[in-house]
Amino acid sequence: MSESENAELARLANREYRYGFVTDIESETIPPGLDESVVRLISAKKHEPEWLLQWRLRALHRFLEMLERETEPTWAHVSYPKIDYQSIIYYSAPKPKAKLASLDEVDPELLATYEKLGISLSEQKRLTGVAVDAVFDSVSVATTFKAELEKLGIVFCSFSEAVHKHPELVREYLGSVVPYSDNFFACLNSAVFSDGSFAYVPKGVRCPMELSTYFRINSAGTGQFERTLLVADAGAYVSYLEGCTAPQRDENQLHAAVVELVALDDAEIKYSTVQNWYPGDKEGKGGIYNFVTKRGACRGARSKISWTQVETGSAITWKYPSCILQGDDSVGEFYSVAMTNHHQQADTGTKMLHIGKNTKSTIISKGISAGRGQQSYRGLVRIGPKANNARNYSQCDSLLLGDECGAHTFPYLEVKNPSATVEHEATTSKIGEDQLFYCRQRGISEEDAVSMIVNGFCKQVLRELPMEFAVEAQNLLGVSLEGAVG
Amino acid sequence: MPQGGHGAPMLELVDVYATAGGAEILKGVDLAIRPGEVHAIMGPNGSGKSTLANVLAGRPSVEVTRGAVRFDGRDLLALPAEERARQGIFLAFQYPVEIPGVANMYFLKAALNAVRNHRGEPELDAIDFLSLAREKMKLVEMDEKLMQRSVNEGFSGGEKKRNEILQMAILEPRLAVLDETDSGLDIDALRIVAGGVNALRHPARAMLVITHYQRLLDYIVPDVVHVLAGGRIVRSGGKELALELEEKGYGWVEGASA
Repeated sequence: MSESENAELARLANREYRYGFVTDIESETIPPGLDESVVRLISAKKHEPEWLLQWRLRALHRFLEMLERETEPTWAHVSYPKIDYQSIIYYSAPKPKAKLASLDEVDPELLATYEKLGISLSEQKRLTGVAVDAVFDSVSVATTFKAELEKLGIVFCSFSEAVHKHPELVREYLGSVVPYSDNFFACLNSAVFSDGSFAYVPKGVRCPMELSTYFRINSAGTGQFERTLLVADAGAYVSYLEGCTAPQRDENQLHAAVVELVALDDAEIKYSTVQNWYPGDKEGKGGIYNFVTKRGACRGARSKISWTQVETGSAITWKYPSCILQGDDSVGEFYSVAMTNHHQQADTGTKMLHIGKNTKSTIISKGISAGRGQQSYRGLVRIGPKANNARNYSQCDSLLLGDECGAHTFPYLEVKNPSATVEHEATTSKIGEDQLFYCRQRGISEEDAVSMIVNGFCKQVLRELPMEFAVEAQNLLGVSLEGAVG
Repeated sequence: MPQGGHGAPMLELVDVYATAGGAEILKGVDLAIRPGEVHAIMGPNGSGKSTLANVLAGRPSVEVTRGAVRFDGRDLLALPAEERARQGIFLAFQYPVEIPGVANMYFLKAALNAVRNHRGEPELDAIDFLSLAREKMKLVEMDEKLMQRSVNEGFSGGEKKRNEILQMAILEPRLAVLDETDSGLDIDALRIVAGGVNALRHPARAMLVITHYQRLLDYIVPDVVHVLAGGRIVRSGGKELALELEEKGYGWVEGASA
């Protein structure tokens, strides 16, 4: 990290949530509530084919059934008042001014919003080497570098567009990793998802730039339910980044997304998230409920899926990016930093399901709790009966700042094959007075010292992130620690 | 008289009482150190040597309950630890602390630039810093590989102590406090560490060398030796006092303090 980055960290550490602004834009919003007419309306707005509408309706009926039986999951180590699913707005989209022929016709208010978030969508100032799909409330508003990617046969577009232009791909893979009936929140998402990103990298193609989706919740009272589907065909490689922010509001907002990844023979997908949804204020008022299902299938032999996440935002995080290691010699990785400050709660971890032979998984989880933050690591490693010579290594470290926060670890191991090697290590430590004093005795301020120690603690994970994201993640850790010391 | 011994004291302690962990450890320490001087503090275990070092460096868990400490004539106790460091007080730790995941190089550069900022000097970039660090590493015969490793993590006892002296050489403090830098060192490491310290002796720099054994003072020859016992300085003298102490044992001075 350079000096200027370090100065930036110090500056950011003294700031409040900087993405809390609201964009004043005319939106098309439907009344709150959830029933068949809402699902039909969303589907109709997107001119979806009948099979997709039917899929949504199956999900809706399953969800309403679960709602009636009150089977919302309660096993996570988090607490929140009961959510009234009939009071949520399930669709909100910025009103288009006219039909868009190019990005430059995107509403200037929207472009300004992303500019303010540090994501430039305009032709001249795009992030070099990163193609961005921008999702605003319920819809994708822009995708950059599309033409360049098309030359290589790479499809990168909004989910809605993919449904029309590549229906065969969507139909083949949608719900193939996370079925609509998978869990309570995935089921809700399947019924009402409005947009998201889609990417397909064809056989043998190495995607030359990072693909990225930037999610932004703007409207009040709405939920965001996006769906991301990435498919890497045989021998393909793609690195994908996901970022998210939301305005500062007093009420809680629900974000229930689904991400599905499919890697065929020898394919590799690297999926990185820097999650910075509004976390609520210091007293725990407001903030996003981030209830997300992310799963990747290593379907082909020697395929690899790697999840890296830095979770600093949200009032509550409920998220377990997982790998199904189906193909022989496939590899799953999960690198996570989760930070909870003030009243934030996080229950996060992963599942590594070893099915094929010689499959290998690595889990590195770093949890940081400050203020009254509560943090749980929950991870399942399952070695199936046919997974000969499967190997797993798990390491879960927790760092506590202060006396009122908590760290909890819930590892689950199911080993049904005697040839498996499974290792689990866990540590819990406090930022010691000794470490802080040592830094301060060398002239380093207490705030910089805490940032330095925390970043050092997270290093194993941060170094897995693409460069641009690593810097942003370090900055975020600094911001999220604001008020954690002194 | 010791060299440079005629100016105003750089550091002055007047009747200092201090508590650590609820117990009163220092019970009226008086001490004055002038620029260019090297003072040694000797004393048995539990006499308050490390507490004295922590009082000077500003460790939060040590509380001064009475008396005054002045650095350049100004109240030192009013300043937080980082401010004291920036003004030129350096403590070589008896037990250097490990900071996992933070590269030694990065840590040192951050420390140097914090001090340089305070002095109104421009920050050093990575290239200038590296050439400075390389030059100083020779002083303590330190392997360059240790710069890429996490701060003190997995360092041997000798490597940790050399790292402390390297930091001192890079930060160029005005007052260096060495807290039992000789503990846990074999004779070769001791010679290297002491050589590093001697190279930093300077008319504008004062040093306070805290040690349990006379052995270190064969290598770092002090101008003044003080004996700390029962939380007070019970005897002060020239370098020959250390030899006398070695010969007669601490019982000799502890008797004097009673």
